[in-house]
Amino acid sequence: MDSILSLVIWVPILAGVAVLATGSDNNAVLARWLALAGSLAGLLVAIPLVSGFDTTTSAMQFVENTAWIPAFNIHYHLGVDGISMPLILLNSFITVLVVIAGWQVIQDKVAQYMAAFLIMSGLINGVFAALDGILFYVFFEGMLIPLYLIVGVWGGPNRVYAAFKFFLYTLAGSLLMLVSMIYLYFQSGGSFDIQTWHTTTLGMTAQTLMFFAFLLAFGVKVPMWPVHTWLPDAHVEAPTGGSVVLAAITLKVGAYGFLRFILPILPDASHELAWFVIALSLIAVAYIGLVALVQADMKKLIAYSSIAHMGFVTLGFFMFNPLGLEGGLVQMVSHGFVSAALFLCIGVMYDRLHSRQIKDYGGLVNRMPVFAALFMLFAMANAGLPATSGFVGEFMVIMSATEVNFWFAFVAATTLILGAGYTLWMYKRVVFGQITNPHVEELTDINAREILLLGVLAVCVLGMGLYPKPFTDVMHVSVVDLLAHVAQSKLP
Amino acid sequence: MSLSAFLPALPEIFVLAMVSLILVIDAAVDDSKRYLAYVLSLATLAGAAFLTVRDLSTMPVLALNGLFIDDPLSDVLKLFLYLTTAVVLVYSRTYLRERGLYKGEFFVLALFALLGMMVMVSASHFLTLYLGLELLSLSLYAMVALQRDSSVATEAAMKYFVLGALASGMLLYGMSMVYGVTGSLALGDIAIALQDGTDLRIPLVFGIVFLVAGLAFKLGAVPFHMWVPDVYHGAPTAMTLFIGSAPKIAAFAFVIRILGQGLESQVGEWRDMLIILAVLSMALGNFAAIAQSNLKRMFAYSTISHMGFMLLGILAGTQNGYGSAMFYVLIYALMSLGGFGMILLLSRAGFEADQLDDFKGLNRRSPWLAFLMLLLMFSMAGVPPTVGFYAKLSVLQAVVELGYVWLAVAAVLFSLVGAFYYLRIVKLMYFDAPHDTSPISPSADARIIMSANGLAVLAIGILPQPLMALCIHAIGASF
Repeated sequence: MDSILSLVIWVPILAGVAVLATGSDNNAVLARWLALAGSLAGLLVAIPLVSGFDTTTSAMQFVENTAWIPAFNIHYHLGVDGISMPLILLNSFITVLVVIAGWQVIQDKVAQYMAAFLIMSGLINGVFAALDGILFYVFFEGMLIPLYLIVGVWGGPNRVYAAFKFFLYTLAGSLLMLVSMIYLYFQSGGSFDIQTWHTTTLGMTAQTLMFFAFLLAFGVKVPMWPVHTWLPDAHVEAPTGGSVVLAAITLKVGAYGFLRFILPILPDASHELAWFVIALSLIAVAYIGLVALVQADMKKLIAYSSIAHMGFVTLGFFMFNPLGLEGGLVQMVSHGFVSAALFLCIGVMYDRLHSRQIKDYGGLVNRMPVFAALFMLFAMANAGLPATSGFVGEFMVIMSATEVNFWFAFVAATTLILGAGYTLWMYKRVVFGQITNPHVEELTDINAREILLLGVLAVCVLGMGLYPKPFTDVMHVSVVDLLAHVAQSKLP
Repeated sequence: MSLSAFLPALPEIFVLAMVSLILVIDAAVDDSKRYLAYVLSLATLAGAAFLTVRDLSTMPVLALNGLFIDDPLSDVLKLFLYLTTAVVLVYSRTYLRERGLYKGEFFVLALFALLGMMVMVSASHFLTLYLGLELLSLSLYAMVALQRDSSVATEAAMKYFVLGALASGMLLYGMSMVYGVTGSLALGDIAIALQDGTDLRIPLVFGIVFLVAGLAFKLGAVPFHMWVPDVYHGAPTAMTLFIGSAPKIAAFAFVIRILGQGLESQVGEWRDMLIILAVLSMALGNFAAIAQSNLKRMFAYSTISHMGFMLLGILAGTQNGYGSAMFYVLIYALMSLGGFGMILLLSRAGFEADQLDDFKGLNRRSPWLAFLMLLLMFSMAGVPPTVGFYAKLSVLQAVVELGYVWLAVAAVLFSLVGAFYYLRIVKLMYFDAPHDTSPISPSADARIIMSANGLAVLAIGILPQPLMALCIHAIGASF
């Protein structure tokens, strides 16, 4: 089996095309089942990545390399290491959940909805697996098209504004990255190979300029303060599935870019400008945490909390020690589970009451005890309670920050207070207290489909919180290798 | 001169003979047999394609006393000209019939225009270049004015004619100055004469300025773009479709022949001019397009910006640059065909479908056409995996190779602006509800060609190598 990665990319895309072919909403049932089969097949073909993964090497595994556009020396070059493999798995897994989450809620243009998610899933797998710059760019940009449609077609009242803002923000970043890639092509003697770029010598000015170009491209996707403003808009207007994918997966694409491009290709600029990224990350952690506190809309609140959590990820990356990097990676995966679960929880409530305002709820526990219990687990995980996955990553990053500078760790640790503040306060207002809204009185508890969705995620959150070693084992060698790489100057 | 000396020009001679034949036949038949002209025109294109393919050249062959050149570049471009013209004929058939324009004149003029373009593509002499250009232009003026009862169309034709004549005048003036400096009108001789420099720098630079201005007029580059929006808007959509596609390919050849081959050694002189033209075109084209509510006008401004982008490839002055510009212009013609073709497919008797609002809710009315338009729009915006991205990539690469990174940055920033109005079309089609629910029923052949056109944008995007290699080969073997 030499083409596992190709399968991981193309199975969902082809399944998406097949779903699209079912056409109008008369065949909605067929479209749903086909989409589920496609997403399950996508997850299934990704499993050999885990079972066949060699955790003792930092070299790329499952490599495929064929010439694609010889005129420009562009290759169809795929491969994964310990950094990208868990992300591919996370993506394939979340896609299944997204398909199930949209099962009943989406009644309009079902085939197009399901197809958009499947195609996007394949493209995102491509982003994580691509080892050729242009191939990466094609996947990186290509995923904007389905996401634009998802937000714009199935979103809320202000969806058009959100879709445009999201698309143009991300495009702005990536176009500058494209110019940087072309520049790298000439600097590296005519190669678009990312691993070749890792060894290309670059002057400080070039590194600095490219650092900002890449930072914009990936920073917008992460998103980092102050280019984060598209995220709350897009989240609020996106359907539940769109929010889940946005938070759980697309944000990781940005963070992944730091590890694959910025750190290894521009090590000197990364060291030189680390203060800049650290400052932005700490602002995201502290300031955005405060912003989250005052949100009246639950989705917005979780969106801001995502930004704060991703601040942790970038902070960990720029500590330049294994603990910080691994902590960032663990935080990425953990946030994938937790934010997906929280958006699904909000979706559960929204489907019943058609409101995301905190003030419209209260006393939910009386009517929906099972849901309240699961929701509590995820809220705790979001707040970083020990024994949940949310704790592991944050703890590792704070530890590593202490090694570098006490004050970094001090500011970062405010998240433990702020995160608990905004999440649990929201939880309290929504779930506990008296029932004030008569509609809440009529609510029914979650059904088997919803229990399945949230239950699976609960297992993941707890499992990763109690025993994160399998995750860190997979990452460790690649992370150490990456750091060794970053420590070497590439100045000519 | 023996007859065999004419052989390299066989496709041109064949087209000319067929046009004359169609003219005579069409004059003799009544309205019920009007399809004859249509079928014969398509047959002409097929025949010309056959003749071109049969004599594919591997190296440049000068013919007719150095007036005419048959090289791989001209062969490839001609094949694309036939293809584009054929697609134009298929798309516009229903539209023309519904408006009483389905007459022999249209086909004859289109084929004459094609002949003009073929001559331009194969010219190696200022004289033939000019002849081809005028044959093309005069045919186009008449085509725009073909709808006699439409005052906008007549006005557009008038503007087109006056400004086109002015541009031709400038070109001639520039050519005469270059002739004065070099003593020759043949591009090859000019190149040799200028190789070692000349004492007559001032007249030469003057000549180049006039030539570039004339070329910019024909391409529609800012600040010589004023005719483009009015002509695109005013002309019947079928004519706009034609003007917006094939002549761009010919104009590319025209620029390449004059600047790339004749004035190759003067690249230092004309590069700066092209940089200004390119930056202004991208800036004005993209910003002005945002303000348009008429789709044809919006595409007109988008054309201006695309021509600016193509100029980036040419101004590189390298084989890579020319190759990328050629790739860009072929892809642009493909996308432009699709865009205007979609307007034609959606229009019906008494309804033009050229307002942005006419695309509202297209996804509900016809998901397939909406999907094809989606592909075309993302391609124009340069978003992968559609082919528009590779066109932009190759041009940017040529510019960065030259060391003009700032120019590449400016280009991508302007294309970011451009992405907005292409996205707006997608938004209208997918996010909005239709305000017009009449059924869309394009003819079967137009629908098939449109499907092929839209899917080609995606297919070439996934496998761009063959076309890219073809462009690089054609340029490499002809220079």
